[in-house]
Amino acid sequence: MTRMSGAEALVEALKKQKVNVIFGIPGGATIPIYDVLYDTGDIRHILMRHEQCAAHAADGYARASGKIGVCMATSGPGATNLVTGIANAYMDSSPIVAFTGQVPRSLIGKDAFQETDIVGIATPITKYAFQVLKASEIPQIVKKAFYIASSGRPGPVLVDLPKDTQVEVDEIDFDDDIEIPGYRPNYEPHPIQVEKAADLLANAERPVIISGGGVIASGASSELVAIAELLLAPVATTLMGKGSIPENHPLSLGLLGMHGTIASNLIASDADVLLAVGMRFSDRTTGNVEKFCPNAKIIHIDIDTAEIGKNLEPSIPIVADAKRALKALYERLSKIFKKKDRSAWMNRIEDLKRQHEEMSEKSGVSPPRLMKELRKLLPAEAIITTEVGQNQMWAALYLKAYKPRTFISSGGLGTMGFGFPASLGAKVACPDVPVVDIAGDGSFLMTEQDLASSVTEKIPVIVIIMDNRFLGMVAQWQRLFYDRRYSSINLGKTPDFVKLAEAFGAQGIYAGSLSEFKKAVQTALKSDVTTVIDVPISSEENVFPMVPPGEEITKIIKG
Amino acid sequence: MAKKKESYIISTLVEHKPGVLYQVSNMFRRRGFNIETITVGESEQRGLARMTITINGDEKTVEQVVKQLNKLIDVVKVSILDPETTVTRELALIRINTPNAAVRSDVINYTEIFKGRVVDVAHDSLLVEMTGDSDKITAFIELMKTFGVKEIARTGITALPRGMRSTKLE
Repeated sequence: MTRMSGAEALVEALKKQKVNVIFGIPGGATIPIYDVLYDTGDIRHILMRHEQCAAHAADGYARASGKIGVCMATSGPGATNLVTGIANAYMDSSPIVAFTGQVPRSLIGKDAFQETDIVGIATPITKYAFQVLKASEIPQIVKKAFYIASSGRPGPVLVDLPKDTQVEVDEIDFDDDIEIPGYRPNYEPHPIQVEKAADLLANAERPVIISGGGVIASGASSELVAIAELLLAPVATTLMGKGSIPENHPLSLGLLGMHGTIASNLIASDADVLLAVGMRFSDRTTGNVEKFCPNAKIIHIDIDTAEIGKNLEPSIPIVADAKRALKALYERLSKIFKKKDRSAWMNRIEDLKRQHEEMSEKSGVSPPRLMKELRKLLPAEAIITTEVGQNQMWAALYLKAYKPRTFISSGGLGTMGFGFPASLGAKVACPDVPVVDIAGDGSFLMTEQDLASSVTEKIPVIVIIMDNRFLGMVAQWQRLFYDRRYSSINLGKTPDFVKLAEAFGAQGIYAGSLSEFKKAVQTALKSDVTTVIDVPISSEENVFPMVPPGEEITKIIKG
Repeated sequence: MAKKKESYIISTLVEHKPGVLYQVSNMFRRRGFNIETITVGESEQRGLARMTITINGDEKTVEQVVKQLNKLIDVVKVSILDPETTVTRELALIRINTPNAAVRSDVINYTEIFKGRVVDVAHDSLLVEMTGDSDKITAFIELMKTFGVKEIARTGITALPRGMRSTKLE
């Protein structure tokens, strides 16, 4: 027991969780915490310029490092500005803990200045939302918050701190164990289910693996690749699973779904057994779910029981941590699996993969070409973040990821403006590797103000804007499905991104050709300040392949 | 093939603290499930409340409801009760028009037949308390409509399994 204030207890509790960075913006309801942080050398506070960016940065930090990202905002608008970032982390199962200030307890419910019911707002977009009712419970709540965020299926947790609980001085105990009777994530796979799954896979003629974000979250990439190699089963990934198998691996098929590669969509659709790991059969992955992989028996491994049967009923569900389940499956398979000749099938896969490669062989400054050239300039461990829309799909389709946690994108929520602040978080987590945000001009303008934090906090990243002066993905849909009636997608000639970058003290480079682009990236890689590379592309450019919304994933438009 | 819809009773033990009802009802709303009735009260275990929820849906929907309930951290235990082996009860308060002595005596007679109780008397109305399963209460109310029902307050179903089948925490 130590006598201290709630704010001191909070900072102490954060240190015990080994937090060494917080992304945030102070405000009236968090001043007591910031007063304690003023004297705390062990925790770096990164002053963002918008709370949404604080949440996305914490998310990017978490995804790049596998550790929990922490963000902080004041009450009212500070808290509501976090909401998009929290929802984003929730949809993509990213472990962040968001701290919000709140009006003093006596004013709660009185519509006080900068009061908002953030616990009520955040409840459906967090794993749990706490409100501190007295200073002495802060250590317990922080422990619970970090445990919940990082265990089971990871996700965001919110802790709301009324200002007077930060000031209140009490006897604080840090040693109490926590107990959460209603929360018992299941990690171990059921041996009988594993046996059944192994039998099914061992007898499959055309087994295909779909690897999702859960494989990356549980660190199961090597187990996944081992099973793929043992069975000679090709691996398609969801957007969240990109990087779970090196995309230069012969068994890697690339992205699956609405913007899936030809190989992924056709080979998966032809499978007789699907091993779906750490994924949730989202509509963007399955297309028309009734016609998804019609001939396949499906094995679904997920740590979240509620995902089993939510979108698609599997033949064999395995509720477990992906790593442990795959390990158990591998052990069983290595005993019973007899090598099969899959050479005809492998040839077909090679052939389909070649078709995809040929799609990107266009000359000039085509986005697929830019992505390929960029890949050549970056080391394998470089981290890519993306915005949302065409830029994201070009990156997903044509920029290969070689390692887990090197491709960070807003998959579930589809948040334009995510990539840039996420790149800042990723760079803070991994300062020694280049971090590149693949952006569109529309997305970048949603969070570009944090160029300021990137410059002042010395977090140098590279932003590549594929600049079509359009809300490109909406334009693409209008072009393909709405008779080219371009409604409200033209962003016009403003701003000048080079000048914008320079106004913030960042470096701005205009790259009008492929050779200028390569030079710009090389310059940026050497720069110790953030570089924005503005690359004009045609506004008529489409991302292909594409499956029209609601169609089965074999109905591919190749362009 | 149309999915068969049925009534299901779900018994849950939840943390007895503010905000839990919101979490549960909000989950139903956001996932598009419908609550028919919900009753909440203290349970036999300290710190835990029992929520009894009835829903109408097919088997798959109910399975999802149970999984989504289990996913809520403040929900500690969820059981589906089999109607065959479950005691279900509802309480209703019904105020009935009794403009004259003849009607009044009819209402009192019916109330006795249904094993209800008259709990309040005014010069032109009677307040009847009725417990039992929901069908019985509905039948009584239907009957009373011939006299004129002024007000109804129903609690919704609460339920426990018969015999040894327990919904307690192990």
